[in-house]
Amino acid sequence: MSEDKNNNILEKVTTEDYKYGFYSDIEMDTAPKGLNEDIVRFISAKKNEPEWLLEFRLKAFRYWQKMEEPDWALINYPPIDYQDIIYYAAPKKKKELESLDEVDPELLDTFNKLGISLDEQKMLAGVAVDAVIDSVSVKTTFQDTLAKHDIIFCSFSEAVQNHPELVKKYLASVVPITDNYFAALNSAVFSDGSFCYIPKGVRCPIELSTYFRINAANTGQFERTLLVGDVGSYVSYLEGCTAPMRDENQLHAAVVEIVALEDAEVKYSTVQNWYPGNKEGKGGVYNFVTKRGLCKGNNSKISWTQVETGSAITWKYPSCVLQGDNSKGEFYSVAVTNNHQQADTGSKMIHQGKNTKSTIISKGISAGKSNNSYRGLVRVARGAENARNFSQCDSLLLGDKCGAHTFPYIKSANETAIIEHEATTSKISEDQLFYCQQRGIDTEKAIGLIVNGYAKEVLNKLPMEFAVEAQKLLAITLEGSVG
Amino acid sequence: MQKTETAYMPLESSLINVFDQHQKELFDASHPKVSHSRAEAIEFLKEKGLPTRKNEKWKNSPFPKQYEKDYLIDIPSATYDKNVNEIFHCEVHGFEAHTYSLLNGWYYSPEEKQLETLENGVVVGSMRKAQSKYPELFAKYYGTMANHQQDGFAAANTALFRDGIFIYVPDDVEVENTMQLIKMINREEPLMVHSRNLIILGKNSKLTFMHCDDSVNHYSSFINTLTEVYINENAYFDLYKLQNINDNTSLLNNTFFQQERNSRLRVNVLSLNGGKIRNELHVDLMGEYAEADLNGVYLMDKQQHIDNQVFVNHAKPNCYSNELFKGVLDEEASGIFNGYIFVARDAQKTNAFQRNNNILMTPKAVIDTMPFLEIYADDVKCSHGATIGQLDNEAMFYLMQRGISKADSRLLLMYAFLAEVTTKVSIDALRNNYEDMIKRRLRGELSICERCVLHCSTPDKPVEFEIDMSKI
Amino acid sequence: MLLNIKNLHVAIDGKEILKGLNLGVNKGELHAIMGPNGTGKSTLAAAITGREGYEITQGEILYDGEVINEMAPDERANKGIFLSFQYPVEIPGVSMTNFMRTAINAQREFNGQPPIPAGEFLKKMEEKKKLVDIHSKLTNRSVNEGFSGGEKKKNEIFQMAMLEPKLAILDETDSGLDIDALKVVAKGVNELRSEDNAFIVITHYQRLLEYIVPDFVHVIYDGQIVKSGGKGLALELEEKGYDWITEKIEA
Repeated sequence: MSEDKNNNILEKVTTEDYKYGFYSDIEMDTAPKGLNEDIVRFISAKKNEPEWLLEFRLKAFRYWQKMEEPDWALINYPPIDYQDIIYYAAPKKKKELESLDEVDPELLDTFNKLGISLDEQKMLAGVAVDAVIDSVSVKTTFQDTLAKHDIIFCSFSEAVQNHPELVKKYLASVVPITDNYFAALNSAVFSDGSFCYIPKGVRCPIELSTYFRINAANTGQFERTLLVGDVGSYVSYLEGCTAPMRDENQLHAAVVEIVALEDAEVKYSTVQNWYPGNKEGKGGVYNFVTKRGLCKGNNSKISWTQVETGSAITWKYPSCVLQGDNSKGEFYSVAVTNNHQQADTGSKMIHQGKNTKSTIISKGISAGKSNNSYRGLVRVARGAENARNFSQCDSLLLGDKCGAHTFPYIKSANETAIIEHEATTSKISEDQLFYCQQRGIDTEKAIGLIVNGYAKEVLNKLPMEFAVEAQKLLAITLEGSVG
Repeated sequence: MQKTETAYMPLESSLINVFDQHQKELFDASHPKVSHSRAEAIEFLKEKGLPTRKNEKWKNSPFPKQYEKDYLIDIPSATYDKNVNEIFHCEVHGFEAHTYSLLNGWYYSPEEKQLETLENGVVVGSMRKAQSKYPELFAKYYGTMANHQQDGFAAANTALFRDGIFIYVPDDVEVENTMQLIKMINREEPLMVHSRNLIILGKNSKLTFMHCDDSVNHYSSFINTLTEVYINENAYFDLYKLQNINDNTSLLNNTFFQQERNSRLRVNVLSLNGGKIRNELHVDLMGEYAEADLNGVYLMDKQQHIDNQVFVNHAKPNCYSNELFKGVLDEEASGIFNGYIFVARDAQKTNAFQRNNNILMTPKAVIDTMPFLEIYADDVKCSHGATIGQLDNEAMFYLMQRGISKADSRLLLMYAFLAEVTTKVSIDALRNNYEDMIKRRLRGELSICERCVLHCSTPDKPVEFEIDMSKI
Repeated sequence: MLLNIKNLHVAIDGKEILKGLNLGVNKGELHAIMGPNGTGKSTLAAAITGREGYEITQGEILYDGEVINEMAPDERANKGIFLSFQYPVEIPGVSMTNFMRTAINAQREFNGQPPIPAGEFLKKMEEKKKLVDIHSKLTNRSVNEGFSGGEKKKNEIFQMAMLEPKLAILDETDSGLDIDALKVVAKGVNELRSEDNAFIVITHYQRLLEYIVPDFVHVIYDGQIVKSGGKGLALELEEKGYDWITEKIEA
């Protein structure tokens, strides 16, 4: 096949449209642009928060003001004007909602367009959804089922009102406000998010899911998620995200904290499909996210699975602090970048307890003019006897104008630890492509097939409903890219 | 931001003061190009200072701690009154080498031998002399490989160096005998030396070069060496770095290579002993089909520190690079490995590989390894791997079950672990010496040598294990 | 005529490999292409199937009356040209089932048919697996990954059976096969032979032709067909080697 044809296919890929780029006209309640202590107080007041939480926010804000934005990641973007952002935007509520009938029809329509039905009758069986639009939780489904098991799954704001002791105990216990620039910012201005508590010995019978949507213009999204798995509990949690197409960049700086107590297991899966910007690199979401899990108890386990296809910029390192003895951390990631997208993503595994184990499997796929970096840290502390880590970070390049990079940091201070890191960088082989074509499969389908095969190890870790969505997303994002 | 004078660390102040005091002398003895870069470099040093741990590339380095110490920075050259062999004796058996030496940073030889032209046209001698005798040749290459503004050390070297070795191998000349450079420090006061070397290989030429850093006593010193190597088309440069310095010495070895089309470079770094050692290898592959094979072995104990920074820049298509660094860290030793492969946008058909394997022997030894890849071309084969682990318990048991003592089993397995790298040394006699040294080092017999490490192995006193390695 | 190759010149990286080759294949026929190594046998297969890097500098390939010189490989495949690869490619993570279903549906889409129903597909898989003695469950195995040499070749014939081509080219299918596997492959091929399809069997040795009996035998040398004959020619070659032909030509 000629070079030209290949180029045409590449061209086509780079013009693939973003499916979720619509904007909904929903009546909004917004704060004025800009950030200062008054705005922080405004947010806190809007949410009717207790004094301690306001203090928490103010402390974080004051700390943030002294911090500098990190610049070590392999990403380039014009300086963010933090005074040109709206820090609070919520769909206007007329009164407390009693049933779905009272939800703004525009809003319901929005979620229907996203393929997320908030109507329990129509929902995919077995997934409870908390829908967060512009940082405010609008609806949580399956409350009754969850209540039967004493599982708390609600918006963060509700949790602050109804379960203050739990929030106070665990908030910032994994990601302190001083952790990093974006975590400090989030701690000051977070507007909502999901809260989940699985009591002792409870296996959550359904998948829990939060669906995030940025809608309003000039609005930053700063949601906060806190998941606590009490002793011997299990939960699988899913997160999905989309945003409208806009010419300006939108900032998303979320914090997710997970605490797993003794024998608890938490699985956290993300399909991130924020608006990536257009093919010239205009617009798109700046995604600066801090996700960290603490395996606090012995024999606990936290597993992160992510499929990253969206955002103009991704800066995100879901991590595990393996404090309890015999605890386990896992990170499975597929990150796809196209056009002018930039991703600097990976994981941190901090081994503190004895016999702790971690696994990192990362598959990066770069196309167009994008740059895709894996950055990860594996650290074994002095006392972490018999710690084990295995990392594999593979990169696939589609086309000769993109970049694929790998930056692993490996530190061991324990002689009984065994750490292995492997990485390869390659492109789809001409032989594989020709083999598929010879069987009658066109180039586009062949690439979709090969890339999905390449990412299979990770996709297999996703819950069924998500895996199908993720596979389609991969095929769409990369349809036909070949160099 | 300009550093204010009070913000300087003692070492930084000393470096700047010495420059200011000896400015005229330094400029008078230099080629205009050297003078120009000295002026630029000292400005850089004044502005940025020496690298701190805030600098990503020096993050976990213990070098910045040395800035609090005061070193004697500049001493006049010693008159040649003793044959170098009287200070330091070195011979390698079954292996012809021409030996050249630097004493306290100065080229050490009788006056008439300060710059020699050998029969085959090879020029070898003092950097100081070379810049006045061959100004054009010198200026064509000097400063073109190294970035003297890379950091404060490169700048300090550029601003303050007095001497070093200069080698020029003309086109089509294959130098038969290995050239060996012995760098010695022999002062009782803590001394910091800046030596600067320039090695130029013409087209189709070949040179084997051994670069030895040795201590002749136990006194503290700080060696800041910068070497530039130009490898022209189809030339082959085989470099051996042997490092066996005392525990009070800090050694910074910064080497910049530029490779042209079809050229080959092979480096073997053997770090046996030293307080703090940092080796930086910067390889620019500037012509197609160039090959770089970079290998290292390190064996550290006590509170020693080893840092290997290896940067390979694939600027052109069809090049090959391979990095293999293996090390054992015992007692409270610490180590850093940072491999960095950069593949430029158009460097298609690049093959670049990188591997770093470490064994930690004790609960107090630490290692940081960072094998990085930054790739902008799609038709490439690149991989890296890193491991940190310990000796295989099963293998230990297997050996002990065959009656081998625990200590010997440990030695054997460590030796076997490192042998993968040493087998890459192509000169038989040298490989045997390497292997002997590693064996001795593993047995703790090779603490700081009073003389050249290579002399440790003599035919009448061969170093052997009690057990026959070949039967394992 | 199903395949009509006229004065075909093919170059790789500017170097001419095929130098005016002519070949005609009718439905129902099986042609064997023989010749010493490096004379252009595999190049012919690559040119017919449209592999990138094989540049047709002169002449034409007519398939079913249509010039296919510039046609994309997948279009040729969907029109019924199948290549059994000399070195089948491994595709990690892509299961055989998924791969075959994608291929069959591509063909069906090309012919304006709806996708194959799951039940029918699985039935067909089971049926065709028997043909070449494949016993393993292909659902969990990635394309050619971890297959032995023999399994890979059987897998090629299995795919041929699934896709039911009009023109099948077997490129050195016998290389690396033991006699038992060779018999299995040959049995598969023989069962698939019909009045509606044609085969081109490329081989260096006569051995395979004992089990797959050709209608015609051609000898390629230096990019051209230098001798053609019936199945007897293969035996003659086995006996005398290639030298008697090449010497004659060079003389």
